Amino acid sequence: MLTVLVAVGILLVLSLIFGAILGYANVRFHVEGDPIVDQIDAILPQTQCGQCGHPGCRPYAEAISNGEAINHCPPGGQATIQALADLLDVEAIPLDGDHGAETAKRVAVIREDECIGCTKCIQACPVDAILGAAKQMHTVISDECTGCDLCVEPCPVDCIDMVEVGVTSRTWSWDKPQGIAAQPGSIIATDRQAEVMH
Amino acid sequence: MQTASVFSFHGGIHPPENKAQSLRLPLGRPSLPTELVLPLGQHIGQSSRPLVNVGDKVLKGQTIAINNGFLSSFLHAPTSGTIKAIEARPIAHPSGLSDSCIIITPDGEEQWTELSPLQDWNSLSKTDVLAYLAEMGIVGMGGAGFPTQVKLQGAHKHPLTHFIINAAECEPYITADDMLIREKTIELVLGIEALQHLVEAEQVIIGIEDNKPTAIAALNKVLSERMSNIQVAVVPTKYPSGGEKQLIQLLTGQEVPSGQYPADIGVLCQNVGTCVAVHDAIFLGKPLISRFTTLTGDALKAPQNVEVLLGTPINHLLDYAENDNKKLKRLVMGGPMMGFTLDSANVPIVKTSNCVLAASKKELPQPAPEQACIRCGMCEQACPASLLPQQLLWFSKSQELEKAEHYNLFDCIECGACSYVCPSSIPLVQYYRHTKSSIREAREAAVKSDLAKQRFEARKARQEAEAAEKEAKRIARQKASASKTGETKKAAPKAAPAATPSANDDAKKLKVDLAIAKTKLKKLQKQLLEAQENEHTEEINTLQLQTNEQEKALALLEEQLAKANAAAPAEAPKAPANEELKKAKVDVALSGTKLKKAQKQLADAPDDAELQKKVAGFEKELADAQTRLNTLSSAAPSAAAPKAAVSDELKKAKVDVALSGTKLKKAQKQLADAPDDAELQKKVAGFEKELADAQTRLNTLSSAAPSAAAPKAAVSDELKKAKVDVALLGVKLKKAQKQLAEAPEDSDLQSKVASFEKELGEAQARLTQMTPQSAAPQAAANGNSEDALKKLKIDTAIAKAAVKKVEKALKKAEDLNSPELETIRQQLEEAKKRAEELEKALANPSAGATTAATNEVAQPQPTSGDKQRKIDLAIAKAAVKKAEKGILALQQQGQDQAQIDASGLPAKLAAAQAKLADLEGMTNSVNVEPVVNKPAATESASQAEQIKQQKIAAALAKAQINKLTKRLADSPQDADNIQQEINAAKQKQQEAETQLTELQLAQRTPSQDNTQENR
Repeated sequence: MLTVLVAVGILLVLSLIFGAILGYANVRFHVEGDPIVDQIDAILPQTQCGQCGHPGCRPYAEAISNGEAINHCPPGGQATIQALADLLDVEAIPLDGDHGAETAKRVAVIREDECIGCTKCIQACPVDAILGAAKQMHTVISDECTGCDLCVEPCPVDCIDMVEVGVTSRTWSWDKPQGIAAQPGSIIATDRQAEVMH
Repeated sequence: MQTASVFSFHGGIHPPENKAQSLRLPLGRPSLPTELVLPLGQHIGQSSRPLVNVGDKVLKGQTIAINNGFLSSFLHAPTSGTIKAIEARPIAHPSGLSDSCIIITPDGEEQWTELSPLQDWNSLSKTDVLAYLAEMGIVGMGGAGFPTQVKLQGAHKHPLTHFIINAAECEPYITADDMLIREKTIELVLGIEALQHLVEAEQVIIGIEDNKPTAIAALNKVLSERMSNIQVAVVPTKYPSGGEKQLIQLLTGQEVPSGQYPADIGVLCQNVGTCVAVHDAIFLGKPLISRFTTLTGDALKAPQNVEVLLGTPINHLLDYAENDNKKLKRLVMGGPMMGFTLDSANVPIVKTSNCVLAASKKELPQPAPEQACIRCGMCEQACPASLLPQQLLWFSKSQELEKAEHYNLFDCIECGACSYVCPSSIPLVQYYRHTKSSIREAREAAVKSDLAKQRFEARKARQEAEAAEKEAKRIARQKASASKTGETKKAAPKAAPAATPSANDDAKKLKVDLAIAKTKLKKLQKQLLEAQENEHTEEINTLQLQTNEQEKALALLEEQLAKANAAAPAEAPKAPANEELKKAKVDVALSGTKLKKAQKQLADAPDDAELQKKVAGFEKELADAQTRLNTLSSAAPSAAAPKAAVSDELKKAKVDVALSGTKLKKAQKQLADAPDDAELQKKVAGFEKELADAQTRLNTLSSAAPSAAAPKAAVSDELKKAKVDVALLGVKLKKAQKQLAEAPEDSDLQSKVASFEKELGEAQARLTQMTPQSAAPQAAANGNSEDALKKLKIDTAIAKAAVKKVEKALKKAEDLNSPELETIRQQLEEAKKRAEELEKALANPSAGATTAATNEVAQPQPTSGDKQRKIDLAIAKAAVKKAEKGILALQQQGQDQAQIDASGLPAKLAAAQAKLADLEGMTNSVNVEPVVNKPAATESASQAEQIKQQKIAAALAKAQINKLTKRLADSPQDADNIQQEINAAKQKQQEAETQLTELQLAQRTPSQDNTQENR
């Protein structure tokens, strides 16, 4: 009986000690803000296009942390959805078509001859990537353009094109090998041998 | 020549070498192609910048593009010719993409540009030599194309222990370096020596695989000939010993740490081709325009090494090597292990192209279909970088980039050994390449999204700031309009307190300041709004500052005004003090009445000691009450004058005087009845002394009475006293004259009359003296001037009466033929003179009063502006009245208009009236309270005081008459004397009554002039 009491007592004391330590740590190492929002925000492509229905990427990150679906970001595409799924430990679902389709990376290009200098696209650009002044020709700083399309709609003369960013020899990357299932029927080495012999 | 020790590295494979094919033929020199295509990006780093335009004629070796930044290189024309175009052409790249190239159409003349070899490279500074090498367009020719001068500069970071020349050439098929060493041994050694001079390494080792015995022999021969200390390290043939890190490990036993460069462990590695290029640049002045390239493969009938101009299209070389297009299945740039398949043969040779492999189908079969990893671990055994290829494969397949990075994916040299050994034919290197690309892309995307986020947040912050500014502007505008309407609202309630008594000068000044400040503020706000609308930022700032200051000043002024307004109502507590004062006055009056009663009783029974004690007690009581009253009145504003107290005391003194006078008269009468009675005479002298004492007391009291507080009452009382004296003396004189008339020979009587006359003159002199004395305090005090004027008039009247009396006396004397006729005449002259003097004085004090009034107006008291204004008003009114009266008096005295004008009274009247009008206007605008009544009230009060005095005098006279009548009844033997006394008393009473009526009349109609006659 005494042994049981001693054991219970020791366990109680231990629980109190660890409880105190945990309580102290909770206060001492308290993290301000919501770290998960920052992590989600880091994954999102920061095009600030608003296609997800939120005014920018961070608001969508906040919405995701509050339970919104992770497949509302067309610029991020499936890669972003996968990354979000991994982060949040949820199932990677296909991109929601209602918010737009995943497209190749594009940048806005102003047909400068047609630009009337209305500054409407400048006001629309979420990242200040359009340069120009009233009644002066505008141009897009292509390195800063996120390809969000937001400048296309306001243009009164429709002189903005969304141009796909071409792959140059410097930005080119190797393709992923097709993998095991690429050539069904030729998995077994003898099959190939037979083919060769034919 | 020494032989260096050789270490080993992990892994590695031994694929079939296939090097012999390309070494069968000697070094070939292909003909000039029809065009040379020179990509601007033949090296790692930024593409070069073209220096030439399309159509330019260029000479062989001429610079056609220069470096574009630090990590970049120069480009030279490999032959003389014309610039055909600068355009995008397919380049030798695994992607098969195009890049911008300079296309030269050779003219076939091979005309060199002027070559300027660096003869004094030994003496030149290393920096200059490095710059020269950069200008010669020399890049690493082993494979990556790293600009050589950058690599050499980096080598200076740490003390260099090993300078390794990479001649291993481990890749199958490729023999370009072997051929280079064989062909250009001396150039190679000279180039190594030149580089060693630049890098000053402890050891220079040429690492060469043992499958190149001819090259080794050639090297050894040259090195021993030159007695060079360059070591030749023959390493066993093992793929990939030619890899930089692997060769370093082979020759030094040191491993280059992950993520670091060879320079970090004091090792520099250069390709043999680079060394030869350095030799050509320094000793011959030739830029890098050509290179050794192996053309090999089963598809070529004449595989060989060629020294080829850069930019030569591969199909031209294939033609030169007698390509069999039927056999050609796969064209590979580089070796079979690390090279990449070319989609087109129409790509040029660049600085890093060491081999073109035109493989047949048999030679390079289609890679076997990928099968599942069986986790055999052979890849790990083969990996020269000691990585875990299998793990990397999993991570690559599942796109776990971070984990792949964590497993040092970037240390993979993509040698392909793992793929080569893989029993499942898994293209591991392809996976790794893809994963590496993905990681790079992710990094770039992260950088870009960070930038976008930054820019987005900056924009958001800017927009918020703009919105806040707009909001602030809107609020400012709203405030401005609100304050405009608010000011008009404020103005209404403010006007009301302004009209109330608090409108003193200070407050007025403050209000004016306030109004000015407000106007300024409004102006500033208007300017500010304008500036904001026009977006003049600097102006806005200054204006904002000014506006703030103005607002502060305004707030201060308003505070001050509020204080001033609060100070004004503080005058209100007068009322309770007044009540207390009234009580004290009532006490005093009560005490006075008691005292009077007692004194009367005392007068009836002068010897009653008890009564005298009672009188003394009452006097004490009265004094107490007066002290109390005085304290109160001094505490209360000066306006509440202690005139009642003073007048009471004065009255008492006068009563004393009258008493003494009566006693004296009695004694004199007794003396007259019994002129020889010495005792009576003594008594008379005592009474006279008493009278004199009483009069002195009265004088002191009058002078002691606070002239400023109630000078009116005091002065008027003193004057009255003096007048009473004069009247008394006049009566005495008359009596004496009567007696004299009855007994003209009585010298005693004559002397008495003379002394009386003298006394009368003295009293009159005193009276006149007092009048100008009283002028000053009169001027200062409220409504005094009028009284003074009245007094003067009375004096004048008295003087006139005196003149008349003297004239009568003169008539009598003439009738009697008296010897005193001359004296009386003299007296008459004097009296006339006095009357004239008084008349003059009457004109003067009004002038004095007027100036006093103006003075008073000129120096307004700031503390009690309201009261001051009232006082000023009263003074002005008095001045007006005085002037009017003066004029009236002059008119009554029968002086003509010219004289009146000359006296300046009308002018004064006009001035006084103007002043009055001004003041009234001021007062009415500020104060609706009836100011007019107050001075009138005080005036009437003073008149009432006088009336009282006259009544007292009349009562006294009546009392005397009654007494005398009683005595007449009691002692009929004295009937004559008593009758005389009764007459005198009646005369006195009449005099008093006349004055009384006169005063009452004046009280009722203050503007009306007094009747001047006393009798």
